[in-house]
Amino acid sequence: MNYHTPASFADASRIAAEATGTTRFLAGGTDVLVQLRADIVTPDDLIDIKHIPGVKAITRNADGSWTLGVAVAGAEMTEHAELMADWPGIVEGMDLIGSTQVQGRATLVGNLCNGSPAADSVPGMIAAGATVTVTGPDGSREVAVEDVPAGPGRTTLARGEVVSAVNIPARGENGGDAYLRFIPRTEMDIAVVGCAVNLTRDGDTITDARVSLGAVAPTVLLVKEAAKALIGTTLDDAALEALAEAASAACNPIDDKRGTIEFRTHVAGVLAKRAAGIAYARAGGEK
Amino acid sequence: MTRIPTRTHVTTTVNGDPVDFLADPRETLLDCLRDKLGLTGAKEGCGTGDCGACSVQLDGRLVCSCLVLGVEAEGREVKTIEGMAEGNDLHPLQAKFIEHAALQCGICTPGILVATEALLKKNPDPSEEEVRYWLAGNLCRCTGYDKIIRAVLATARDLREGV
Amino acid sequence: MALDNKTDFKYIGTRPERPDGLDKVTGKARYGADAYAPGMLHGAVVRSPHAHARIVRIDASKALALDGVKAVVTRADFAQDLEGEDWNLLENTIAGEKVLYDGHAVAGVAATSALIAKDAAKLVDVEYEVLPHVTDVDAAMAEGAPVLRDGAADHSVPDGLHPNVVRYTEFGRGDVEAGFAAADLVIERSFKTEAVHQGYIEPHACLAQLGTDGKGELWCCTQGHWFVRRMCAALLGLEATQLRVTASEIGGGFGGKTTVFIDPIALALSRKSGKPVKLVMSRSEVLKASGPTASASMDVKMGMTKDGKLTAATGTFRMQGGAFPGAPMDMTTMLAFSCYELDNVHHEGFDVMTNRPKQAAYRAPGAPMGAFAVESVFDELCEGLGLDPIDARLKNAVKEGTRSSFGPKYKAVGLIETLEAAKAHPHYSAPLAENTGRGIASGYWMNWGGETSVSLAIGEDGTVQVGVGTPDIGGSRASMALMAAETIGIPYENVRVNVVDTAALGVNEPTHGSRATYASGLATIEAAREAIGKLCQRAADKWGIDVDAVEWKDGAAHPSGPNAGDFEPLSIAEIAGEMGSTGGPITGHHDASPTGFGGSFGTHIVDVHVDPETGRSTVTRYTVIQDAGKAIHPDYVEGQFQGGAAQGIGWALNEEYIYGEDGRLQNDVFLDYRIPVASDLPMIDTVIVEVPNPGHPYGVRGVGETGITPPLPAIACAVSHATGHRMTRLPMSPPRVLRAIQGKGVS
Repeated sequence: MNYHTPASFADASRIAAEATGTTRFLAGGTDVLVQLRADIVTPDDLIDIKHIPGVKAITRNADGSWTLGVAVAGAEMTEHAELMADWPGIVEGMDLIGSTQVQGRATLVGNLCNGSPAADSVPGMIAAGATVTVTGPDGSREVAVEDVPAGPGRTTLARGEVVSAVNIPARGENGGDAYLRFIPRTEMDIAVVGCAVNLTRDGDTITDARVSLGAVAPTVLLVKEAAKALIGTTLDDAALEALAEAASAACNPIDDKRGTIEFRTHVAGVLAKRAAGIAYARAGGEK
Repeated sequence: MTRIPTRTHVTTTVNGDPVDFLADPRETLLDCLRDKLGLTGAKEGCGTGDCGACSVQLDGRLVCSCLVLGVEAEGREVKTIEGMAEGNDLHPLQAKFIEHAALQCGICTPGILVATEALLKKNPDPSEEEVRYWLAGNLCRCTGYDKIIRAVLATARDLREGV
Repeated sequence: MALDNKTDFKYIGTRPERPDGLDKVTGKARYGADAYAPGMLHGAVVRSPHAHARIVRIDASKALALDGVKAVVTRADFAQDLEGEDWNLLENTIAGEKVLYDGHAVAGVAATSALIAKDAAKLVDVEYEVLPHVTDVDAAMAEGAPVLRDGAADHSVPDGLHPNVVRYTEFGRGDVEAGFAAADLVIERSFKTEAVHQGYIEPHACLAQLGTDGKGELWCCTQGHWFVRRMCAALLGLEATQLRVTASEIGGGFGGKTTVFIDPIALALSRKSGKPVKLVMSRSEVLKASGPTASASMDVKMGMTKDGKLTAATGTFRMQGGAFPGAPMDMTTMLAFSCYELDNVHHEGFDVMTNRPKQAAYRAPGAPMGAFAVESVFDELCEGLGLDPIDARLKNAVKEGTRSSFGPKYKAVGLIETLEAAKAHPHYSAPLAENTGRGIASGYWMNWGGETSVSLAIGEDGTVQVGVGTPDIGGSRASMALMAAETIGIPYENVRVNVVDTAALGVNEPTHGSRATYASGLATIEAAREAIGKLCQRAADKWGIDVDAVEWKDGAAHPSGPNAGDFEPLSIAEIAGEMGSTGGPITGHHDASPTGFGGSFGTHIVDVHVDPETGRSTVTRYTVIQDAGKAIHPDYVEGQFQGGAAQGIGWALNEEYIYGEDGRLQNDVFLDYRIPVASDLPMIDTVIVEVPNPGHPYGVRGVGETGITPPLPAIACAVSHATGHRMTRLPMSPPRVLRAIQGKGVS
């Protein structure tokens, strides 16, 4: 295995593009090292992107939007009070991944590019309308987060492409987001179901919403029907029931060691209602 | 079959001392600490970041050393359980763990001590719930965690009260 | 050995710091994987990816051609003439003609680095002919199930059963039909539990050196190094005493480190390569190929009168223990009804082979499953008859003189005392929150004595060293030191307890069966008493009086009787300081297989909240009440209670072996083998009941194992009460509980 420490994304992209064997980018390493240890993937070329300037930066831009470096660890996000205040759902999704120790290393981009449908940080990013900047041999492009996963363990990125930044929109007025997941224990499990809700209120009425579900399909889903069930309502019981139905209807899960189709489908609705309640309260100014 | 391993010379700081070693890029920081530097206080319980027995601090940040490559330690500062006591003076957590019988077999103890030291630095007055969630990645199979949590809370109280 | 009836203890019952504490909080303590030797090789094991297959061919040529590879071993490198349990052990250690489960070892490799060994293991080419497999106990007994091995059944198995049924037991007394007819309520239910792993955080590890002269050294993490010596000697064809085994500090065992898995492979690799070989299991190897416990399928029927008296009970217990005989159905049947006085009782047990790893002991092996079924039915009887579950238990509880369900009469035991303490505990009467249920259950483990050898020697300054053969897995050095200090009358700090290697003592059974504090403690006390006799003799010689006229108290010899006051007392330090010129070293030694072990009863109270929308259970309060006989070091007694409860909570709620259709283990990492984490549990309250064991000088009973027996039923009853649905399958994972809540049955 060759270990590379490029000083720019262009170099990282070039190394990846020229490599002939299995390539992995190393940010926090919390998936790459596990796969290495378990003999699932032993890369021929491992490209550590942490030596590239700016990868540890959390930046609030002039328009209120956020740019996050690709090596920002979960712990650095939870310690960032302003980011936490703007996008608590994104931050808590990230914070739920693994242990305190894992939080010292794990990153949003790693979680996204690992391609797991159960990735805890991805529904929050999708609900927020976040994008990633992708650098490739031919330059950079911006891709919506929901367009990155292609199926379990796969992404839509081409050989030689590397995510070089995460872009989160400005929070704006009267908005709130939340992420909840179901696991059998209190910590340390992979999500059996995950749900993020991001919404904006005008008074008591929801004017805009995005709902995303994890671990209920081959990729994390953006569920437009679930958002429709919320928009124009005051999150009354009928809206919550319609939301739960839309969430459950969007599920296309599997039976596995972590949960059953029946269970995931039911709990997706339960979590959607609970997450919507939190997001709604946050949008109304509750901490 | 001849195999020429690619090995990287790594220079780093462990418990304040400069050290160096040759690492295959596949070797974890945990492998390097144990097999190359003789620091066997960090343990491998799982190799997948699920048990916390290999906890160390990397540039002041709590991590699992099984989820860090040895080559990533280049130029960094690593602190292990072996660096927790100052000479023969135990860290208050270490003393309190003995006093409270907060260990049975002791295999998880180094990782839990390293993790709780990081917690108390960040939060000198944690609630029971905060201690439990902070330590969720440090598995203990012997104690049911009860005496561990009590020892951490008692140490935090002593440190706050300047005992 | 009789109870002293001593009550004015000076050291026993205090809570001093453990002598190995400093090493264990500083990272200095050396565990299995912390040993290195000059010129050492690293080993790796080639394992089967199949649940059941014939080994057609093993070709190691590519592995051996890799630079740095020094040896490959297969079954041919081990003893060829074994029978019975030794053959089973070897077959489990390294496969012969067939692999019998996912993860079964096929070959071992030794190389100059761990990475090369791992690479080489991948280059060992094994050709398999895949065979049909079976992993479920009921499926393995059914007609047409794949046969693991013909002729494995012993004489106990009646004709007509499937060849996978390898042992059978049936016993009881009275007239159960008449008993059921006399009951006001009869409940009959079927139960299932899944296999769980001991889950020690330290994977198996060893460092082996074995010469062609048959002399060897082995360092390993084990609960019992004499067991390791006997097993390794048998599997490698060695003379037992030519192999010296040293027990490292041990990172948990819970029964799972009372046998061998990799140690014989490391020794064989060392013998073949001529170099020391270190072999360490990965977590995945631990879960796939070291002993989990058995799983069970059970039917229990019990009858009760409306005033709470049991009239009859029957139980059928079908248990699989992997691809070999040994599922602990004997203990399950024996202990299932052990809490209750029953005139009419009948048991039936089946030991069934499946394509899973060979089960190993796990904390009260076999007892928790039976307790789950029996205590659940007892609870349902109380519910149906409107009885308080503690009052009803008190009506049936065994006591001294009661004939047990398995035959013998009980000596002094403390079930009634734990029930009374439970009833009086504030937990039992505390109000319950919404969607929360309370469960209560009792359990028993009979504990064990076992072969024990202890040596004690007086140092030239009057301090004392004790050599024991039971590895310290949870503070036993402190307990031994307390008993030695109490007996001799010297400060706790003046005693050093060492866990010594197999060359230093006669045979010791492992730290298992909750025996260490009882048996090694008893032998420590007897060895101390022998040394005291010698100390008194030296004083008598010096004073010129008869030794019978010397009394030992507070760490000194005193003239007594007619000579009282004639001489100044001689302290242990004064006698020891002169021992070179008064007859030489002063030691005490004791060898025994003590039979006065006393069983321990426990009663647990638990509150569990269940989320009605997701089926997720949270233990909100837990109280353990157990009879310790006498708590030598109460901290470590409480620790055993708390640890047993925590393991039981894991078993009840989330832990399970999950096999796929392909017979492969699906959850071979801690991510998916879900043991309780710190945030899953509340504080675990403890009450130590002390009904002295008449078979130990200070009244000690073992305490390690009983604590995992009541949690399964207690938690199941709590979830049943929270949801209104009787839970009969473990684990009570959220999908299963949600189905019950939704009225879809218990799947």
